[in-house]
Amino acid sequence: MFAVRIHGRGGQGVVTAAELLSIAAFLEGRHAQAFPTFGSERTGAPVTSFCRIDTEPIRLREPITAPDAVIVQDPTLLRQVDVFAGLHSDGYALVNSTHSVDELDLTELSARLGGARLMSIDAALVARQHLGRPLPNAALLGAFAALSGVVGIEAVEAAIRRRFDAGTAAGNAAAARAAHDLVLSRRQDSDDREGELRHA
Amino acid sequence: MRDQMEGSVAVATAVARCRPQVVAAYPISPQTHIVEGLADLVRTGALSPCEYLLVESEFAAMSACIGASAAGVRAYTASSSQGLLFMAEALFNASGLGLPVVMTVANRAIGAPINIWNDHSDTMALRDAGWIQLYAATNQEAADLHVLAFRVAETVSLPVMVCMDGFVLTHAFEEVDVPDQDGVDRYLPAFRARQQLDPGDPMSIGALVGPEAFMEAKLLVHARQLRALDLLPRLSGELAAQLERRSAGLLDLHRLDDAETVLVGMGSVLGTLQAVADASREDGDRVGVLGVTCFRPWPAVEVRQALERAQRVVVVEKALSIGAGGVLGQDVRVALEGLPVEVHDVVAGLGGRPVGVSSVGALLHEVLAGRLDARRPHFLDVNASILAAELDRSGDRAEHGPELERFLADLSGPDMAGRVS
Repeated sequence: MFAVRIHGRGGQGVVTAAELLSIAAFLEGRHAQAFPTFGSERTGAPVTSFCRIDTEPIRLREPITAPDAVIVQDPTLLRQVDVFAGLHSDGYALVNSTHSVDELDLTELSARLGGARLMSIDAALVARQHLGRPLPNAALLGAFAALSGVVGIEAVEAAIRRRFDAGTAAGNAAAARAAHDLVLSRRQDSDDREGELRHA
Repeated sequence: MRDQMEGSVAVATAVARCRPQVVAAYPISPQTHIVEGLADLVRTGALSPCEYLLVESEFAAMSACIGASAAGVRAYTASSSQGLLFMAEALFNASGLGLPVVMTVANRAIGAPINIWNDHSDTMALRDAGWIQLYAATNQEAADLHVLAFRVAETVSLPVMVCMDGFVLTHAFEEVDVPDQDGVDRYLPAFRARQQLDPGDPMSIGALVGPEAFMEAKLLVHARQLRALDLLPRLSGELAAQLERRSAGLLDLHRLDDAETVLVGMGSVLGTLQAVADASREDGDRVGVLGVTCFRPWPAVEVRQALERAQRVVVVEKALSIGAGGVLGQDVRVALEGLPVEVHDVVAGLGGRPVGVSSVGALLHEVLAGRLDARRPHFLDVNASILAAELDRSGDRAEHGPELERFLADLSGPDMAGRVS
């Protein structure tokens, strides 16, 4: 079982993100379940969604309190909601922000997870480039695929194409791919740096 | 074809494949997606011939379904919570008239206080309305049960509610293999009404029946329900053979053969109960799960057979008969009359409070340790301190002011998860 919790605000596609992730996992032949926190949905209000992925049929339906990964779509939530509550120490965290992990004051989490499992990415910027609008959703899923390896980018792209009409899907799929490649290249850079340090 | 989809979409698709000729609905969360989906299918012509009636209330929705069914067409609606209560009077008419309307209920709490979340208070309040009640544990079951529901309804001339947990199932995105059109057409013959209103040959149905025959009229409904009890296993078996997978029917038996302790539940909580039972088996405790799919008619004999070898039974239910205790628990107790089986009745998950594995696991631990008194109902994960504080305040020196709002103010206390009161 791999459990993902997504935090964002009403209107950012928090629920859609979990559904897309579940479709991607389904397309890869696994069982998946996505659901939102149920409440009075209002634009801008904190919203949480969940996705469970497993090789076995999924029986549990309670909210995820001990996730293997957390995706934060809106960095202003970091000061408002305990978004990383219960996150496993071998889990992943992905934050949509213009700031770096150090600037976001996530050093404690960084120490707990290790640098390679925690990442901040300017998903809104990637989205603006490929969609024309700062909707971070697809870009974050692409980045998450690269960061965690839980789903492949091809499945994420296929899930996006299933969900949206051709025009919307093309931009979103491109944003997902761009963010995916960005994470891979950053990881490559950090591996190179570590390599240099080791050889120094 | 197996696909990843929202529960509401799976149900709308399955219902459309049953070819209802009238869908009359009034939107209420969380069933809104279901009737929205059906409205789209009618608008695009994918579901045809079908009249989609956007009525002015739930009372009108059920009344329109009654009229349509009495005129000889297959009629469907969906509702939830206060909406279901608003059609209560018409529900008794549908069953009393023997009209095979099928309705999805996306189970939800009943206010006050206002609450939009899941529990079984709505359908339990209408337990005695004469409708067959089937509870889905998964979205796959929810989809399949609608096909079964139309077949059973039209075979015994009774209306059927397919109950699925609001939000927990309706809004969950998971894999469902919606029965395909050819298969549904083979399984579900065209509806032929037993009594059909026809302007060309006028007659009345549901006219005044006095004391001379009223009891017999109600016993006719009762007899039809009991007939459904015999029919359900056979019709569910036929559906299973056609779909080539298990089909929900009366009961869902999970590791009961050698079970000393059995958890009993209805709806989406079953998966959690099964996970807890499986985990406790790894610790050496013989635990099984009995899922009740068919709650009305009540399969008392089958429940007794399923539980008679157990030493103790723990009923975990999402409804409270206020002033008495559990609802399902009482029926289970009666079914086990005279057997040396201890029945624990535990109310859980009211108003959307999650029923999680850790809480159910802690409950089972209490039961196995002999620390739960079977003589009174229990309540899972209840914040006893805010309740006690309010009871204290409303005692001799009653305080004025909004008590429910004071609850929320008191909620800064400790987390009570895992406590059984």
